[in-house]
Amino acid sequence: MESMALPLLYLAFLSYMLGILAGAICVNKGQIGAVLTFGAAALGGGFGLLAAISFLGAHNLPTLNAELLPLSLPNVGLTIRLDSLSAFFTLIISVVGLALSIYSVGYARDFAMRKSVGVMGSLFNALLLATSIVFLADNAFSFVFVWEIMAAVSYLLISFEHEDSETRRAGIVFFVMSHIGTGCLILGFLLLFQASGSYSFSSFHNIGMSMASGPRDAAFLLFVIGFGVKAGIVPFHIWLPVAHPVAPSNVSALLSGVIIKTGIYGLTRVCFDFLGEPPLWWGVVILVMGTISALIGVLYALMEHDLKRLLAYHSIENIGIIWMGLGAALIFLTTHHPVLAALALIAGLYHTLNHAIFKALLFLGAGAVLHSTGLRNMEEMGGLVKRMPRTALYFLIGSVAISALPPLNGFVSEWLTYQALLQGFNATPSLARLLFPIGAALLALTGALAAACFVKAFAITFLAQPRSARAAQAHEVSKTMLAGMGMLSALCFGLGLFPAQFVAIFDSLTLQLTGCAISGQIGSDTVILSGLGENAETLAPLGIGIAAICLLPIPLALWWWFGRGAERRVGPTWDCGLRELTPRMEYTATGFSKPLRIIFRGIFRPHRALSSSFEFSRYFATTIRFETRVEETFEKRFYRPMQRLILVGSRRMRALQAGSLQAYLIYIFVTFLILLVVCL
Amino acid sequence: MTSPLLDIALQIAMTLVMAPLMSSIIRNWKAKLQNRRGSPPWQVYLDIAKFLRKDMVISEHASWVFASAPYVVFLTSLVAALMVPMIGVEAPLGMFGGALAFIGLLALGRFFLALGGLDPGSAFGGMGSSREMTLSSVAEPALMLSIFTLAIAAGSTSLSVMVHHAASQDWPLLNSVNLLAFAALFIVLLAETGRVPIDNPATHLELTMIHEAMIIEYSGRYLALLELGASIKQFALMSLVINLFFPHGLAVGEGSSVPLAVGALLVKLLFLAGVIVLVETVNAKLRLFRVPNLLAGAFVLAALALLSTFIFQ
Repeated sequence: MESMALPLLYLAFLSYMLGILAGAICVNKGQIGAVLTFGAAALGGGFGLLAAISFLGAHNLPTLNAELLPLSLPNVGLTIRLDSLSAFFTLIISVVGLALSIYSVGYARDFAMRKSVGVMGSLFNALLLATSIVFLADNAFSFVFVWEIMAAVSYLLISFEHEDSETRRAGIVFFVMSHIGTGCLILGFLLLFQASGSYSFSSFHNIGMSMASGPRDAAFLLFVIGFGVKAGIVPFHIWLPVAHPVAPSNVSALLSGVIIKTGIYGLTRVCFDFLGEPPLWWGVVILVMGTISALIGVLYALMEHDLKRLLAYHSIENIGIIWMGLGAALIFLTTHHPVLAALALIAGLYHTLNHAIFKALLFLGAGAVLHSTGLRNMEEMGGLVKRMPRTALYFLIGSVAISALPPLNGFVSEWLTYQALLQGFNATPSLARLLFPIGAALLALTGALAAACFVKAFAITFLAQPRSARAAQAHEVSKTMLAGMGMLSALCFGLGLFPAQFVAIFDSLTLQLTGCAISGQIGSDTVILSGLGENAETLAPLGIGIAAICLLPIPLALWWWFGRGAERRVGPTWDCGLRELTPRMEYTATGFSKPLRIIFRGIFRPHRALSSSFEFSRYFATTIRFETRVEETFEKRFYRPMQRLILVGSRRMRALQAGSLQAYLIYIFVTFLILLVVCL
Repeated sequence: MTSPLLDIALQIAMTLVMAPLMSSIIRNWKAKLQNRRGSPPWQVYLDIAKFLRKDMVISEHASWVFASAPYVVFLTSLVAALMVPMIGVEAPLGMFGGALAFIGLLALGRFFLALGGLDPGSAFGGMGSSREMTLSSVAEPALMLSIFTLAIAAGSTSLSVMVHHAASQDWPLLNSVNLLAFAALFIVLLAETGRVPIDNPATHLELTMIHEAMIIEYSGRYLALLELGASIKQFALMSLVINLFFPHGLAVGEGSSVPLAVGALLVKLLFLAGVIVLVETVNAKLRLFRVPNLLAGAFVLAALALLSTFIFQ
C-alpha cells in the first residue's frame, strides 16, 4: 500500500508556505494576521503529525524519497527522505508546533499594538518549515542550506523586539555562535564527501568504516562541535541563556523545545548512521559532556531569577541528559551490545520528545505570566495561582514533569536512562564502566537540584502574596493560550502514563540505527514498562497513579471518622507577633537558593557587595545596598581569552592589509611562488 | 501468601499501625537515654487522633497547593511503602516500580511539601523548604550510588530482586561492598527522615528546624496527615535498609509463616531504631553548612563500595 506519509508532508509544507504568504499580506492587519498565520502553522503541524504517525505506526516502512525542487545538478538538489529517525523528529516538531500555534493566536494580541503580528507569524511559519526540512534533508548540501535558513530565521525572531539593546546583543551572540557551528558542520561534511564522493545521505551510510581513523575522528569532533553549538551543550552553551529568553515566548518555546533538538538529530544521524562502529572514546566523550552539561545547566538555573532564563538553563541540563543516553548508546555499540544500545538510544530520544513537550509548556506558562504581568523577574511575582489558576496548574504539571517526578513523562525517560546506565556497568569491560554509576549518581543530583529549582520557580512565581502591584493585577490569559498549554499538559500525562505502548514507535528506528528492535522486551500491551532482562525493574506509572487513587479513601476515612465536626477557618499566617506580614517578608528566589550557592561556591564564585549608610548607629541604617551575582565561568575563562586572542591576531593581521594594490600583488606573487615550489 | 489483594491489605495495615509506633518508640527510648521518662509508645496514636479532631486554621494567602500537599505526601509515602518488600521478598506493588520509582515517589511528596511550606508566605516555611530541597539534593547522589552499587551486584534495580539477592547470602554485611553501602545508606536514612545530626525532629527553634519549619502553618487534619506521612516514609526507608542488609526472617519459599515474618521485621526494625536512638543521643545537631560535608562523606563511602565491587569482582 502506498504510504500516506509523503502527501501529508507536502500538505504540511504547503500550509507553512501559505502561512508565510498570509503573514506577508497581512503585515499591518493585526489580529487577522495572527489568526491566518498561526492557523496555517497549526494546520501544518497537524498534517506533519499525521504524516509522522502514519509512517511510524506502520512498522518497517521503507525509506521514502522525494525531490522538492527538481534540479538537474547532481547531489545538490533539494531532495528529502523520510526514514524512521526523520519521522520521529517530524513528530516532535509537528506536535509542539501545533500546540504553539494555537497558543500564539492569543499571545500575538500582546504584540498587535506595537509590532507587526503578520511578520512574526510569517517568520514563525518559515522557522517551522525550515526546521521540518532539516529533519528530512537527504543530502549535505540541502541540509546545510536549510540549516542556515533556520539559523537566519531564528536570528530574526530572537531579535524581534530589537528596540531593546539586550535583545540586539543576544541576537548577535546567537548569530556568531551559530556560524561557528555551521563552519564545523561544513568541514565535517566535506570530510565525509572526500570518502564517499557524493553529498547524498544514503552514500554516507556507514561511510566511517571506509575512512582512515584520522579524518574519521576529525569528522566526529567537528560534528560534535557543530551540533553541540546548536544543541547548547556545555561548553558551547553560552548563547542559549542569552538568546532564548529575549525572543517572544511562543518563539522561545519553539527554540528551546524543538530547534535545539536539530543538534540532537544531527548527532544521532551522524554517529549512528554515517560514521559506523565508534571507538570507545567517542561514547565516553559524549557521555561525559552530557553529564557535565546536565549538572552545570541545573546549577546555573538555580541561581537565576529571570523566569525565562531559568528555563533556558534547564534546556542545557536536559540536552545533557539526552547526550548521556546517546553517549551510553555509542559505548554499547563499541562493545557490541546492540540491545543495550537500542535501550540507551530510546532513553535519549524519549527524553528528547519529553523535553520538547514540557519545556514548550513551561515557556508558554512563562509567556502567559509575562503577557499578564509584563514581568520576567520572579522576585516581583507571587500570588499568581489565585489570579491565573489554570496557567498555574499547567505550569505545575510542567514543573513536575521536568523535575523527573513520577508519574509524568520526564520520570519515564530518566528511568530508562538509569536502566541503560545500570546495565552499562556489566557490559563494559574497561575502566570506562565506572562512568556509568558515577554518571547515574550525578544524574540523581541533577534531578534533585532540578526539583529544588522548580520548587523555587513555581512557588516564588505563583504562590504566597504578590510582590508587586503588577503581579497583584494579573488576570487569566485567553482561551487559545490556555488550550495550547492544556494540550501539552495532557501530553505530559499521556507519555508518562502509557510508556509501554509508546516505546513501540521506536522499533523501526532502533532496528535501523542499532540493528535490533526491543519494544517486545521493554514494552507490553499492559501498562508495565520493563528494563532489559528477566529480573529488571518494571515500571507502571499508571499503576502508581491508580494505586494512589485507590488509597485516597484512607485519609478521607480518617477525616470522616475523627474529624467530621472539625471546622476549617481562614486566618492570617503566623507573623511572630508583628502587626502584619508583608510581601517583603516572604522568602525570595535568591534567598531560596542561597544554601546551594554557598555549598557550590567553588563553581559559582559568588560576588557580593554590601554597603550601608547610617546616621548615629550601624543598627539603624538609612540605606542598604546589597549586590550579589555569580560568575559566568565559561565566558570569563574560555570565551573572553579566546576573544582577546582573536582580536590581537586580527590586529597583527591588519599590518598585512595595507590597502595598497602593489602589496597585494606581491602577496599573490609570493603565494604563487611558494605553491610552485611546494608542488614541483 | 495467598492473593495479591490480601498482601496489599496486610502491608497497608502493618504500615499504618507500625509506622507511627516506630517514631514513638524512638522518641521514648531517646527520653530514657536522657534520664527522662518519656511519653508512652501509644501516645502517638492519641496525638494523631487529636490532630484529626481539631479545627484547622488555613492561611488567607494559601491556595489549593497548600491543601493538596498533605494528601500527596501521605499517598506517595504509602504507595512507596507498598513497593518495599517487608514480609516476603516480593513487594505487593513491586510490579509497578522498584528502587527508582520508590526514590521518585518520595521526591514527589517532598516537592509538594516544599511548595506547601512556601504557599502561606511565611518566612519560616520558605526557610524550611529551601533547606529541605538543598539537603535532599546533596543526599541524592549518595543514595543513588549506594542503590546502584547494590543493584549492580543483584543485576537489577527491582527491590524484590535486590532483597532476594541479599537473602541468598548468609550475612550480607560481612561483605565489604555491602558494609560500605550500608554505612552510606544509613547516613542518607538519617538525612531523609530528618534525624539528628541533620535535622532535629523535636525542635521548634527557627534557626535549627527544617521539616518542622515547612509544616509550621499546618494544623488539624492536614497536620495529622503530614505526621502520618512522615512516619510512613521513615518506616518504609527503615524497612528497606534493614531488608537489604539483614534479610533474615523474611517469608521465603514454601511453608514460611507470615506472622513469624512480621515478628522478624518488627525485631529488626527495633534494632535499627535502637541504633538511630544511640546516634541521635551521642551526637549534637550539625551546623547547616556542615551537613553537606557529612553527606559528601556518605557519597565517598558509596563510591568506595562501588570501587570494591570493581576490585573484588
